[in-house]
Amino acid sequence: MERETGAREGLKGWLNPGKIGKFGIERLAWLLMRLTGLGLLAYFIGHIYETSHILDGKAVWDKSLEMTQTTEGHLFLALVIGMCVFHTGNGIRLMIAQMGYGIGKTERPDYPYKPQSINMKGKACIYATLGMAALAMWYGMAVMFA
Amino acid sequence: MATLHPKLSEERSQTVVSSTKSVKLKIKRSNPNVNSDQQFDDFVVPIEKWTTVLDALLDVKSHLDHSVGIRYSCRQASCGSCGMKINGKPGLACFTKISELNSDTITVEPMDNYPVVRDLAVNMDRMISNHKKVMPYVIREDSEIDAESGIREFLQSPENVDKYIQFSSCIKCGLCNSACPTMAMDKTFVGPQALAQAYRYIADSRDKGKNKRLKVIDESHGIWRCHFAGSCSQVCPKGVDPAMGIQLLRGYLLGIRD
Repeated sequence: MERETGAREGLKGWLNPGKIGKFGIERLAWLLMRLTGLGLLAYFIGHIYETSHILDGKAVWDKSLEMTQTTEGHLFLALVIGMCVFHTGNGIRLMIAQMGYGIGKTERPDYPYKPQSINMKGKACIYATLGMAALAMWYGMAVMFA
Repeated sequence: MATLHPKLSEERSQTVVSSTKSVKLKIKRSNPNVNSDQQFDDFVVPIEKWTTVLDALLDVKSHLDHSVGIRYSCRQASCGSCGMKINGKPGLACFTKISELNSDTITVEPMDNYPVVRDLAVNMDRMISNHKKVMPYVIREDSEIDAESGIREFLQSPENVDKYIQFSSCIKCGLCNSACPTMAMDKTFVGPQALAQAYRYIADSRDKGKNKRLKVIDESHGIWRCHFAGSCSQVCPKGVDPAMGIQLLRGYLLGIRD
């Protein structure tokens, strides 16, 4: 495909909260999917780095583990739990939709046109996934701060 | 001056033509051919409950500033010329009534993800080029014109037609490409308009060009870059639902759907 210069919104097109207001919960789910994906990738790289300290002996390993035993560390891990649950749940929803299921049937459009692919089933899945992520974060914090 | 027919004169005198309401129209102005400056010009225009955004823009052009650059043609949501961002959301100016926006200030800007020609007119070459790439026509070896038997038809059942008819309503207004968040970042993404049209012809039982089209869309910046934000379907003024077409096409490519 040939390239076209300029005229792209760039990151503003992703992150503008006004867009979420205009395009609804599906756009929020899209944005969170991107952000949690990037967040989990960053966590994965950090996790590999952290666990690599085990090669440097017990003292270094214990010290690196202490980083997560602080209030900030617990909040960070709770965020990781939330990102993980949302990304998994929403990913399953997307995989099902992208196989062509749960997006309605093709038919002759009648005014007022309402897109069938943007339906209550999809919205309910997004809300449920957000709820599960919040619940998992709450449970994680309850365990870590106990 | 010609005298009006008494009945017509009476009818006119009973028709209320004066507007009691007005709105502020904020128009984003720019001319990239001259400089990179962008500014909003404000105009106060009278409206009725049936006034569309295009009516208001034409009012500005007629009475306040004739230099406002817009593209329009049919005024009835058939040509797809007057796409623009209205209060932050892509829409057809001729299909958007000001009374339905529930705002005293209407902001109109050129569509996102397209190069601006001037003011509200954008360059749609890229979209048209991608549209052509998916070969938006029925591909067959044989012809409807038969040498021996004369003209014949490629018959379809109503069920066959229902599989693609909604996607054939596309008027190439480009609103879907403007709303798409992938288009905002990926300069080479083929876009929801072209992908939905690829599905339209692939789902057509008369068509035999599936493999040719799939070669165009089954690539790294093709169909796999869609992440189903659904914004394209939310702004489509003709009920095409490009997001549905793209997911159905993806299901077909994965071998899950017929």
